[in-house]
Amino acid sequence: MTRFELFDHTADVGIVAYGNDLKEAYANVAYGMFSLIADLKEVHEEIQRDIDIQALDRESLVVDWLNELLYIFDVDQVIFSRFEITALSQSQLRAKAYGEKIDTSRHQLKTEVKAATYHLLKVEEGNGFKIQVILDI
Amino acid sequence: MSADLMAMLTRIDDYRWEIPITYKPGMRVPGLIFSDEQMLRHIQDEQSLEQVANVAFLPGIVGRSLAMPDIHWGYGFPIGGVAATRVDDGVISPGGVGFDINCGVRLLRTNLTEKEVKPRIERLLADLFINVPSGLGSKGKIRLKGNEIDKLLLKGAGWAVAAGYGEPEDLEFTEDHGCLKGADPDKVSVKAKTRGTPQSGTLGSGNHFLEIQVVDEVYDAGIAQAFGIEEKGRILVLIHTGSRGFGHQVCDDYLKTMGTAVRNYGIDLPDRQLACAPVNSPEGQSYLAAMACAANYAWANRQCITHWTRESFSRVLGKSPRDLGMRLVYDVAHNIAKIEKHQVEGKKLTVCVHRKGATRAFPAGHPDIPEAYRKVGQPVLIPGDMGRYSYVAVGTEKAMEETFGSTCHGAGRAKSRSAARRSISGADVAAELAAKGIAIQVANIASLSEEAPAAYKDVAEVMHITDAAGISPKVIKARPIGVIKG
Repeated sequence: MTRFELFDHTADVGIVAYGNDLKEAYANVAYGMFSLIADLKEVHEEIQRDIDIQALDRESLVVDWLNELLYIFDVDQVIFSRFEITALSQSQLRAKAYGEKIDTSRHQLKTEVKAATYHLLKVEEGNGFKIQVILDI
Repeated sequence: MSADLMAMLTRIDDYRWEIPITYKPGMRVPGLIFSDEQMLRHIQDEQSLEQVANVAFLPGIVGRSLAMPDIHWGYGFPIGGVAATRVDDGVISPGGVGFDINCGVRLLRTNLTEKEVKPRIERLLADLFINVPSGLGSKGKIRLKGNEIDKLLLKGAGWAVAAGYGEPEDLEFTEDHGCLKGADPDKVSVKAKTRGTPQSGTLGSGNHFLEIQVVDEVYDAGIAQAFGIEEKGRILVLIHTGSRGFGHQVCDDYLKTMGTAVRNYGIDLPDRQLACAPVNSPEGQSYLAAMACAANYAWANRQCITHWTRESFSRVLGKSPRDLGMRLVYDVAHNIAKIEKHQVEGKKLTVCVHRKGATRAFPAGHPDIPEAYRKVGQPVLIPGDMGRYSYVAVGTEKAMEETFGSTCHGAGRAKSRSAARRSISGADVAAELAAKGIAIQVANIASLSEEAPAAYKDVAEVMHITDAAGISPKVIKARPIGVIKG
């Protein structure tokens, strides 16, 4: 299964992430975002962070989840390459994120992502699960 | 864009197009787009015009939901969008400012000529590249200890000048003197401060840059003279950056607040990214106080970078910044909301002007512009792309009448980032620039493709419209000879 696809937005970038269940879709949208930030092949799993998000609904959970990861990336300079959603409801997401500190000698950094936005934000169930989000670049 | 909307678009004249209020139920005012047939073709497949119509839903919006000629698809507001809402009973929308609060540009003049700088351009860029921290994940060299960040947030560029970064005179030539009133650090989250502290004094990456330019054409010699840009061949420095992770976090925090506020105040919106609260509500006032902090952060940021730019020029050219005549021409914000007084349907009204990718363009005689420019109008700084040119224009009475004293902010993207990546490599862009005699220092060569000149519209087309429509006539054009990209 394709984990995610990028779609064109004039100034920014859209991600559509897929999953066999919603948890997997939330993990894949984060993976998609970090794939834009850095080449994840060289990122080792040396650091593990526990993340707990509460939001108004499952769409806001997407935005808050991604923005929390961007916050950690900015402040602690950690690139994440694997995500495990351990608990999920309509208004809460708990996850473990794995990655390592930026090491510019090994890591190819790509695009600065400013934030995840609410524009055209979708969480869909149907034939598999799908999350769509536009990132401000 | 939907075929419906294209069909509904009413041509007022060659440069003005209206979206009638009847386009969709919920619009409180019509939309008005400054554009021409050619520019409209650029955006026909995207949703930016729909976004102009969506902004017209905001409670308390007056006049029209406006779009400048560099309009393109944003998230919520279109980029190039301007909306004024009544302070009395209207709303403030963080999405109408964006994540990069007070992203803006500042221009430095010099006494230098191209002939003097060209032979040393590589050395100059190398020095600037070390002196001005840039790139994704970069940290600044300013160490803010304890609650020093709060002082920076309260005083903006004034904090930087007091700390030794630049001259008091610089403040006179910065929009709002580099300090937006009403800033309250207590309205800013700990997260925003934590994120902002290490990034203070950094250029960042993406479309942010520092360019060394040469004046290529002078359209109005009198006004150019007043701005301190005397002639063709003169060297200028243009700096484009904003409030970095600090602003992103403030916006993110308040979008959450506004998401709840929209429900509490029963505001009906077509796009969640437009989330807002009444200007006079606790949520609205808190956002304005936090936004002012972010605006001040950005002005302090550009002020520090100005200082290091002067240092590098001074070091490489062996003269003091004063001898080099490195005076600030102006500094403008292009992502901001401001409380201003405007004439609306014959009445003087206090409004909240949202400028999302739009530049203030106040006319001659306005009390908010520097004394030195009072006779000619406010300098409007419009960067293009790194391979072609940028413009300096001037604010007018017409802009006051039609656009709440606003104009465009840049070229606007023609190609998406991924389309740009697919069509050209970073190395190709570097080669193209080299062939044009433009030196470059870049933190990340791969990201260069996204910023390729071909990914942008020709800013000359944008300026043709603001000039012809009279909202910001061209004063000079400058071309880059050296570019620093984060």
